[in-house]
Amino acid sequence: MTTFLWVIVVLIGVSLLGFLYRLVKGPTTPDRVIALDAIGVGLIALIGLISILFDTGFFLEVILLLAVLSFIGTVAFSKFTEKGEIIQRDRNS
Amino acid sequence: MSLVFAIFTPVIAALLIPLLYKRVSAIHTGWFVLLIPVALVSLYATYIPPIIDGTTYKDELPWIPSLGLSFISYLDGLSLLFSLLITGIGALVVLYSIFYLDKKKEKLGNFYVYLLLFMSAMLGVVQSDHLISLYFFWELTSISSFLLIGYWYTKDRSRFGALKSMMITVFGGLMMLGGFVILGILGDTYSIRELIAQAPDLVDHKFFVWALVLVLLGAFTKSAQFPFYIWLPDAMEAPTPVSAYLHSATMVKAGLYLVARFTPIFALSEVWVWLVTGIGILTLLWGSFFAVKQTDLKAILAFSTVSQLGLIMSLLGIGSIAYHVTGDLVTTFTFATFAAIFHLMNHATFKGSLFMIAGIVDHETGTRDIRKLGGLMSLMPISFTIALIGSLSMAGVPPFNGFLSKEMFLDAVLNLKNFDLHALDSWWILFPIIAWIASVFTFVYSLYFVFHTFRGKHKPEQLPKAAHEAPVGMLLSPGILASLVVIIFFVPNFFGNTFIKPAVAAIQPLAYQVPADVGFTIKAWHGFDSLAMYMTLGVFLVGYLLFKTIPKWSPIYKTFPTKLSLNGMYDGLMRLGDSGANRFSSIYMTGSIRSYFVYMFTAIIVLLGGTMWIKDAFVISYENLAPIRFFEILISIILIVGTITILVTKSRLTAIIALGAVGYTVALFYILFKAPDLALTQLVIETVSVALFLGAFYHLPQMNKHEKGKEDRGFRLGNFLIALGVGVMVTLIAISSHSQKLIPSISEYYKETVYSEAGGGNIVNVILVDYRGFDTLFEISVLTIASLGIIGMITLRLAKKKGDRKVENK
Repeated sequence: MTTFLWVIVVLIGVSLLGFLYRLVKGPTTPDRVIALDAIGVGLIALIGLISILFDTGFFLEVILLLAVLSFIGTVAFSKFTEKGEIIQRDRNS
Repeated sequence: MSLVFAIFTPVIAALLIPLLYKRVSAIHTGWFVLLIPVALVSLYATYIPPIIDGTTYKDELPWIPSLGLSFISYLDGLSLLFSLLITGIGALVVLYSIFYLDKKKEKLGNFYVYLLLFMSAMLGVVQSDHLISLYFFWELTSISSFLLIGYWYTKDRSRFGALKSMMITVFGGLMMLGGFVILGILGDTYSIRELIAQAPDLVDHKFFVWALVLVLLGAFTKSAQFPFYIWLPDAMEAPTPVSAYLHSATMVKAGLYLVARFTPIFALSEVWVWLVTGIGILTLLWGSFFAVKQTDLKAILAFSTVSQLGLIMSLLGIGSIAYHVTGDLVTTFTFATFAAIFHLMNHATFKGSLFMIAGIVDHETGTRDIRKLGGLMSLMPISFTIALIGSLSMAGVPPFNGFLSKEMFLDAVLNLKNFDLHALDSWWILFPIIAWIASVFTFVYSLYFVFHTFRGKHKPEQLPKAAHEAPVGMLLSPGILASLVVIIFFVPNFFGNTFIKPAVAAIQPLAYQVPADVGFTIKAWHGFDSLAMYMTLGVFLVGYLLFKTIPKWSPIYKTFPTKLSLNGMYDGLMRLGDSGANRFSSIYMTGSIRSYFVYMFTAIIVLLGGTMWIKDAFVISYENLAPIRFFEILISIILIVGTITILVTKSRLTAIIALGAVGYTVALFYILFKAPDLALTQLVIETVSVALFLGAFYHLPQMNKHEKGKEDRGFRLGNFLIALGVGVMVTLIAISSHSQKLIPSISEYYKETVYSEAGGGNIVNVILVDYRGFDTLFEISVLTIASLGIIGMITLRLAKKKGDRKVENK
């Protein structure tokens, strides 16, 4: 079981590296934002695995938080790439 | 009345002067002031008879007892003579100033406050037995002299002269303080009395010569010796009573007093003998030579003062030889000390009167330029008589007191032949020759001063005012001084016994126990076998010839380049200090934060690295290391890749995203190292920071503002090396500190007591709010301040800058 978990950890690590490559390479900003979002998901999975491996429940809060933040972050980035700003003053525009 | 109180009397009186000046405007303020020096001179006169018998007086006022600091008034022959000079001439100067300074046009309140402050300071200098209180009064004379020179503060020349004298004398004063401190440490006492007692033990100490040179610097700057005399001619912008008082009779003699006072301590060193004698005789020659060049009456007198001070200084130097000889030679050389004090007294009388005459001429004709003056003899007969007496005394002509002291000076210099230290046998002859040449020039400028002013053709068209005799009150003070000049010539031994001998006994305590032991008598006639007499005759002859031919040889002064003169050097030095400091700070203070970071990081590398290297503190130990897991390697790689991305990326947005990735990876590290609270906080904070970066992104300039369109920061080798150095440095320090842990961690205590003592399960949170809740409190304060600051920055826009880019969120 442990071996299986470690294999998954490695796989997720490799995929994280792949996301990171996309993050670095681009070529456009949306590519990078998607990469960051995917990294967030990867991290969630990774933390879940680590919790199992370490046999602890303390990190489950982190998973929740990461999920929320990842969502908020992606939305913020998207809004930024679309409109150039995150919080609008003029709500009618 | 206690002696310390007497010192402070003028200052206390000075407090009342502005009141009297404002309230009692009908009477010239000077009349009230006059009472103080008169009272003091009568007080000090009562001490004369006991001092002649060899008694000394000491009075002490504790100042800071825990540091052993007190005002000590010590009255012996030397300080009594100076105190009498200060108060006596002070009284005459105040009397003169009453008629010299106009009641309505001048700010008399200021003048007399400064003058009284100066009088206290001078009395303090000459009576202090404590080195630090001596320094205190010494600086007080510098400050009050600065105020007095700059009395007409609307004139540029006055301010320049005041600043120059301040710079030079305060420089010397600070050097002197250094010397005093060294002396105080060597002797373990600040009392001059006690230092004199243990001087033979101090003389071999390696810092003794330092103390000697530093104290001499103070004396030389104050007494306008070569090359520090340059402030004195510029101080002539002061009102004439000030010039007469400070710059002829009292303050410039503070340096002489210092040399005389410290002779029993320092004269044991030969350095002292040669420095004092050599600089003195050089100053004598230099000052007398350049006095003839001057065209301003007071400038002539200033250079003459410089030269005469040099004469006294060299005599004090010759007098200190007495500490190096034995037998009859002691008497031979103490004679020089006797001559020095005698000339010091004589100089105060005739130079004071001459300054006052120069002031009268200025007052009555409106100019001090000797080229415009002439033929005043018949218009101002009394002034002429006084000037003639003063000048001839200065030149060393009988029957005036200058003759006596000048003869004694030549005698003393000739006595150098008896001193055979350091193969002086062939070099000693230089001193009489220089002294003789200087005496010739003294003779020339003395005649030049009096005859070019009062004889020759009267040029009324060049004078701003029609010349006429001064009022009686103005002539009173110079008249008294001039009559003293004559009286001293006829009864020199009365003055010698009363004033000079106690002073000599104070300067040469080894040779004389009480003043009565000093066995010198002053003779006007030495007989035909005296070499000094023939030298004097030669001075008269050559001096008269030179005086008659001044126009023929005066052009040699023009060959002397201004740039190489000492004044030129002073100006150059001041300019260099000013512009040099400016240039220096503009080199390294570029205003660019980049260069300041370079300094700071270089300092980290050099200081930390240097300290570690010197202390040999680099240790790498492989003990206590945890095994490295695959996972950690993976995250580290991500971290490194993210960091490098931030560094090399060409777009700022990429940098922000990569920074976010790094932040998240750090959170992952926290998880890996089992710190859930940190990971939670790190994630939230990282997200917020990235959002803030993005919020600011729109308003940020391009990455390299110098190259628009090309968002490349470029590569700088220097920056790269510094960054690399700091990184390597921090890594090495971290490894070294981990490798040599000296103290065990205290965390065991927390682990054991977290539930039993604090009642919590989460150890991190318990530490934050319970064990070490104070830190948390102030972290909360930091966040509060930061948020308030942000609100303030955004909403408060008090000053609208011109050309400010309008920030509009669209």
